Amino acid sequence: MPMRVIVVQFSGSTCDRDLVYAMKDVMGWEVDLVWYKDAQKHLESYDAIFLPGGFTYGDHLRAGIIAAYTPVMDKVKELAKEGFPVFGICNGFQILVESGLLPGALIGNDTLRFSCKWTNLRVETTRSAATNIAKKGDIWKVPIAHGEGRYFLDEKGLKELNENDQVVWRYVSDDGKITAEGNPNGSIESIAGICNLEGNVVGLMPHPERAAESILSPWGSDHGKLYFQSLENYFRRG
Amino acid sequence: MAKFNAEVIIEGKKNARDPEGETIMRDLMIKHGYDMVSSVRSGKILKVTLEAKNEKEAEDICWNMVNELRIYNPVAHVCTIKMVK
Repeated sequence: MPMRVIVVQFSGSTCDRDLVYAMKDVMGWEVDLVWYKDAQKHLESYDAIFLPGGFTYGDHLRAGIIAAYTPVMDKVKELAKEGFPVFGICNGFQILVESGLLPGALIGNDTLRFSCKWTNLRVETTRSAATNIAKKGDIWKVPIAHGEGRYFLDEKGLKELNENDQVVWRYVSDDGKITAEGNPNGSIESIAGICNLEGNVVGLMPHPERAAESILSPWGSDHGKLYFQSLENYFRRG
Repeated sequence: MAKFNAEVIIEGKKNARDPEGETIMRDLMIKHGYDMVSSVRSGKILKVTLEAKNEKEAEDICWNMVNELRIYNPVAHVCTIKMVK
């Protein structure tokens, strides 16, 4: 049985179809793209919920905040707290943070610009649903495309995040080191993606759906596919 | 009921770098002779007009609203509310 997942489409989602393509055409999953007003009544009938990238509600006030207050997110929050798998990419990550499902804040890039470029992601933990087939220290080439991707958390929160093994990916240089050059947006401790304590809610700023086929990458890599293959493995194991 | 005006000011916390404020200070103010400026922090202001019984109630409504609707993210921002005439 192929995995069956839902992509929630908000007003201003722009990476929803790329995500559907990666999961449907590349991975062979059953994928439904559903308008957010129609999504809440069906959510639990899927294996996982995806919040795609884009610019919900024009990113007004803060990226993700208005979508975080839509009724569908009340249901997503309820399910996530029961352990239901929820994944957010880019704007989806911002929505998860603004909903309180993941800690921290995603603020304006320190470059003061929208950045669309390839980055190196170092896998920091394999316990998350999105990295369980990877090895700790693996480097994935995955692109970013965002203006508000600078992850921020206070000292106490960072200590907890690190101690609880919730940092899933960090931005690194080509040789896997944490450097200012390897960090495209000024994220604190070069954090690119995190999970909740239980590991069922995962958010990341870069776009694995844009790196899921070798034709998309200047290096012929398809590291984004590892993200989806990890999810598949997570479900197969139960 | 009367109408009141409030300014909701959202700023980054001091420990979060503010590259916009830094750039405004370094590349505009200091470069153009205002070298007495030593700090600039950027932020966002929402000018809110609302109805309430009195100014105290108007301010309380604003505080409830900014907290309930996360008008600022307490992890990264501080918020102040000024009632204005």
